[in-house]
Amino acid sequence: MTTHSNNHYYVPHGALYPVTISAGLLALASGFIFSVATDTNKDLAYLQTPGKWMMYIGAAIIILMTFKWLSAVVIESITGQYKQWEDKSFRIGMIAFICSELAFFAAFFGALFYMRIISVPDLAAFDPLFTPYKDFLGTWPSAGPGGVVLGTEYTPGKLTPMGAWGLPAINTALLLTSGATITWAHWGLLKDNRKQLILGLFLTVALGTAFLICQAFEYYEAYTHMGLTMGSGAYGATFFMLTGFHGFHVTLGTIMLIVILLRSMKGHFSAKNHFGFEGVAWYWHFVDVVWLGLFIFVYWL
Amino acid sequence: MSTTTVAHHDEHTDHPTGIMRWLTTTNHKDIGTMYLTFSLIMFLVGGSMILGIRAELFQPGLQLMNPDFFNQLIGVHALIMIFAALMPAATGFANWMIPLQIGAPDMALPRLNNWGFWLLPPSAILLTLPFTLALFGIGDGALATGWTFYPPLSIQGGIGVDFAIFAVHLLGISSVLGSINIIVTLFNMRAPGMTFMKMPMFAWGWLITAFLLIATIPVLAGAVTMLLTDRHFGTHFFDAAGGGDPIMFQHLFWFFGHPEVYILLLPVWGFIPQILQTFSRKPMYGYKAQVYSLIAIGAMSIIVWAHHFFTAGMPVPALLYFMYSTMAISLPLAVLFFCWIKTMWRGSMSFETPMLFTVGWIILFGIGGLTGLVLADVAADAQYHNSYFVVAHFHYTLFAGGIMGIMAGVYYWLPKMTGHMYNEKLGQLHFWLTAISFNLTFIPQFFLGLAGMPRRIPDYALQFAEFNMISSIAAFVLGLSQLIFVYNIISTVRGGKKATDQVWEGAEGLEWTLSSPPPYHSFSEQPTVK
Repeated sequence: MTTHSNNHYYVPHGALYPVTISAGLLALASGFIFSVATDTNKDLAYLQTPGKWMMYIGAAIIILMTFKWLSAVVIESITGQYKQWEDKSFRIGMIAFICSELAFFAAFFGALFYMRIISVPDLAAFDPLFTPYKDFLGTWPSAGPGGVVLGTEYTPGKLTPMGAWGLPAINTALLLTSGATITWAHWGLLKDNRKQLILGLFLTVALGTAFLICQAFEYYEAYTHMGLTMGSGAYGATFFMLTGFHGFHVTLGTIMLIVILLRSMKGHFSAKNHFGFEGVAWYWHFVDVVWLGLFIFVYWL
Repeated sequence: MSTTTVAHHDEHTDHPTGIMRWLTTTNHKDIGTMYLTFSLIMFLVGGSMILGIRAELFQPGLQLMNPDFFNQLIGVHALIMIFAALMPAATGFANWMIPLQIGAPDMALPRLNNWGFWLLPPSAILLTLPFTLALFGIGDGALATGWTFYPPLSIQGGIGVDFAIFAVHLLGISSVLGSINIIVTLFNMRAPGMTFMKMPMFAWGWLITAFLLIATIPVLAGAVTMLLTDRHFGTHFFDAAGGGDPIMFQHLFWFFGHPEVYILLLPVWGFIPQILQTFSRKPMYGYKAQVYSLIAIGAMSIIVWAHHFFTAGMPVPALLYFMYSTMAISLPLAVLFFCWIKTMWRGSMSFETPMLFTVGWIILFGIGGLTGLVLADVAADAQYHNSYFVVAHFHYTLFAGGIMGIMAGVYYWLPKMTGHMYNEKLGQLHFWLTAISFNLTFIPQFFLGLAGMPRRIPDYALQFAEFNMISSIAAFVLGLSQLIFVYNIISTVRGGKKATDQVWEGAEGLEWTLSSPPPYHSFSEQPTVK
């Protein structure tokens, strides 16, 4: 701590990026609401098209502004504004952010455990004389006993659960290997071995992309051949929400890795100063750890 | 704590003026000011909503609004007061005061800080837009589920629920960003020599709050996301037909919702001891005990959530666990109360407005805490659940414990922020009007609840008429007396008697070593704390 007293902390100049992103988020959110308003109120179907356009515009604003914001940060970094003190801020901030992401996934894991341990068995455990769910067994995987949902009859379809030892096992291998390659790339950076850094990052990006392709194929199989959809009761909902949000995070992580790869090819980062690289690597490991949880609790057990 | 080097350079004071200053600023004081202003505006908006409610409840029968609109006002009032008035006020203080108190040049992640604030106005728009849209015939108004979004009602609701879901998402992002910023600032920006156990109590309160926010806000985000997919993408998280359970939403929601209570209160518990020591002119009693109690309360608050729905149906062992763990929180809280009172004990006290608010706060918040113990009792709760007793209880904790605490903070720090003294006479008038009318509003509600009046109804049985009338009249006095507060703040910002650097005779800490108002960039060179 004492070393800071003579340093100067870099307070970045103001910028319009944050407020513009917020405006984009407002457009994205309200556009989404308008585009699905017909679900709850048939009279609002005319909002669908303007809603979609609002969403597109909002998303475009967010992507553009995120790009500009981050490139401003990159420029500040390569012009040497960020020294050790700022670097430490970024590190602590990234750890805190990843913790909040873990809490987000914890909510969906919580829902999975709750449904599997409490609500599905409970629905099968009513007194046989009074139960509305006569032949419901309450075993996992379950699409629920069926019944009336908001006025429409819901009949659980027959679903095949996603087995663990096909594509998911391959995906596990892909992600675990990518964790190793990014560490190998990091070693390269620490040794100032550019080639190893770039090759390692390239392999990681390739493995991440391969994972996403496998995941897309798995979803395709689920929807077309296995009768497994988001609407397939407890199993379908938890399966798609958990793997879906994870896949979304892998997508983000892959985009981040591509950015880091391009920056490495441009000669950014040094053995001493490479928070951008490490932040992405941490994020990638976090995605990896979440996948292990998914593999164990969603696919395997 | 003594300081050796306090130096401020007036470099980079060139910043854009006018609206661009506020849109682009990365300065912690500017951002803090925006948070506090936003909070004050939303406090008035949320307050006028509840005056509509109290006007309807003035006498039995339906006079002013239909029940659906009544429900919408209740839900939006709560969301606004919690997320748009109380939390931004606490964050505003954090932005203003934490860097000053720990001798930091600014918050650690200034641009993120700016974004944290600018997420708030869009979410306020999302919360209130459905009312306006309904005027134009689009949709049927805001969410009518109460702020808790319980399914199945929230799954059946119209676009108001979607708007509220996204408002909560944006508010959640804002809180998480604010928390990350505060954690980083407190870990990385403390002045040399300021160890964690020398940190001001306000910083401690906020550090624990920030951890709670990071652990729980994402869970709320997950819960409302499940609600959204249940509404629009055919999932069955909260529907028994698909193997889900509406009560699961209550678990997820209150896993966030209970720590949220402490998220609102911990920052206040941070600066209350500082105000007490200033106006008692003696150091705060039991610094370490208070810090450990704050940590204990923060940790325990995550594991007691189910006491919010004892009557929803739970196995008896779960009921017992949640009852005892809830009651156990009163132990560290009792330590805090003891320390607060002991801080005043034999001090040479004076009663300026901040101290008046603080002493009143201790008593009123104490009532809120004790009635919470009553509600934590499973057997008793079966009667009190969802009655006006609960409404009175959480207004004693959140209006008295939250907002009156924030007001104490405003009067305490306003001279430091603006460089002017506020009008002491008006401040004291504001305190007495607030304290008296607050009690007159909510004490009758305890009795209404005990007599069996349920909450969230626009009409009621004749036997409840008198107490409701008293409560409504007092609520209007309470609402109108806040105008004194607003006037006092505005006139203090615009001018008034110059405040000294130390402002209060007994004030100690780094923030009082700077000029009033502090320079645009304070502590460019960090002071050393011994």
